[in-house]
Amino acid sequence: MIDWLLEPYQFEFMRRALLVLAVTSAVMGVVGGFVVHKGLAFSGDALAHATLAGVAVAFVAGASVGLGALVAAVLTALGIGWTKGRARISSDTAIGIVFVAMFSLGILILSRRQSYTPDLMSFVFGNILGVSQSDVVGSAVLAVVLLLFVAACYRELLLVAYDPAMASTAGVPSRFFEYATLVMVAVAVVVALKAIGIVLVNAMLLIPVSTAALFLRRLPSIMLGGALIAFASAAVGLHLSYYAGVATSPAIVLVAALTFLVGLAVTSRRGVRLAAAATEGALE
Amino acid sequence: MTLNAQHVPAREPLAEHHHGLSALEVRHLTAGYAGIPPAIDDVSLRVPVGEIVGLIGPNGAGKSTLFKAILGLIEPTSGEVLAFGRPVREARAEIAYMPQMEEVDWDFPVSVLDVVRMGRYLRPRPFIGWSKGDREAAMAALERVRLAPFASRQVGQLSGGQRRRVLMARAIARGARLLLLDEPFAGLDAAVQHDLLAILDDLASEGRSILLATHDLSCVANSCDEAICLNRRVVAAGRPEEVLTEPILTATFERHLLAIPQAADVVRVVDDEHDHRGTR
Repeated sequence: MIDWLLEPYQFEFMRRALLVLAVTSAVMGVVGGFVVHKGLAFSGDALAHATLAGVAVAFVAGASVGLGALVAAVLTALGIGWTKGRARISSDTAIGIVFVAMFSLGILILSRRQSYTPDLMSFVFGNILGVSQSDVVGSAVLAVVLLLFVAACYRELLLVAYDPAMASTAGVPSRFFEYATLVMVAVAVVVALKAIGIVLVNAMLLIPVSTAALFLRRLPSIMLGGALIAFASAAVGLHLSYYAGVATSPAIVLVAALTFLVGLAVTSRRGVRLAAAATEGALE
Repeated sequence: MTLNAQHVPAREPLAEHHHGLSALEVRHLTAGYAGIPPAIDDVSLRVPVGEIVGLIGPNGAGKSTLFKAILGLIEPTSGEVLAFGRPVREARAEIAYMPQMEEVDWDFPVSVLDVVRMGRYLRPRPFIGWSKGDREAAMAALERVRLAPFASRQVGQLSGGQRRRVLMARAIARGARLLLLDEPFAGLDAAVQHDLLAILDDLASEGRSILLATHDLSCVANSCDEAICLNRRVVAAGRPEEVLTEPILTATFERHLLAIPQAADVVRVVDDEHDHRGTR
């Protein structure tokens, strides 16, 4: 049993994978707390997809792909912030347009190349086992900056997330922190990008925190709980994918989703009924 | 039609407050959205120190817009707002705002104490966060609205009346001298309303000044020192008995109102403390 648990970690790439997943999980828990409770799920998805444009441009230009993703995500975050409160079209519509446009731009640029290179596909679907030493360092630096920012400005971020009007009247620069929240989501996406991938990163922002929120009632504990659930899901998913020989990032997301379903069933009668209905459906 | 009744103070202002200095002074304020008639048009009003001023008017009269313009949440087209003789931007510590219930996210994972403590925010204090004093002020405010036993509850677990009191406690915890309350009584039963009014009376007698928007004419008649009728413009302002008259109300609400509310003591029927309706 011990052997079964430890065997994968004799490999350098597995240890590195676990390390980057630990960093990612901390960020997913903290930023996910804001994403889930401020209703930014769609923005998170949009930011993740928009990074493809930055990845593609950086790849073609021979620049750092991670940097390209970061620039694209932050620019998109500022764009999303700008559309809010400008009432001509709904914010959802504006985000939807920006995000497909950026994603299309990424695909367009990549389509000029004769073949999709494995390195690029690792950004789309995640390639935890291909994470390099510099990827780990890059993610860790971004994560530390982000977590320090949250620690420094927690009250402001909380007030703006909870009640922006009251926050403004109390003297919080609300507009700045609305943008800051979106930029935090952008940075979180980039931290997780290489490990989890564009398509699935939003799941890791949403699912572990939602699971924690089933059991906990205050934001700081939900963030901590979300981070722990994210890491547990990541470790289990990584392990299963090692033995089953399947892709890691969907394995992680599925473990997280399963955890959520179990939590839902445990915490609410409605959840029990849903699960019962699902079982019935499966049997029919 | 504009009727301006002479104002007579109903309550003796406390000695430490300067006579003549208003808690709030709004001068010729016009605000709204481009391309449509302004939601409020050339509104001027005063809230004297230590008084409760009721702002009444029909839906769409611009009450919330007026609050937002006063607070600087929307940029007025023209006009000026002074709190204690200073621009609102410089007097934030002196002003507490209680939004309408619908504007607050009750499912957010914060405790009652968390919400009340938010009222204490004054300026950034990186890495330090809330102080012990903030906690004590928040608990004292909760005592005052008799919600101290609920401090660690998630706000969504409270009943409608209790939620309203949480927002009131948040405004009180700020220690502000001017309170702006947007529809503090909407949807409350008479008993809870009576409780809130008693608290407001207390605050006013401490020298705090209150501007509250409401649909409830009898509350204005019973408990406000002054009433302002708003329908995009100020229709009338003055003592409640002077303002709450048939012609003025008809002009304000743009329809004929027969019943004029009479001052009467509200009988307390149930204790809200025993009323734990789940409103989720």
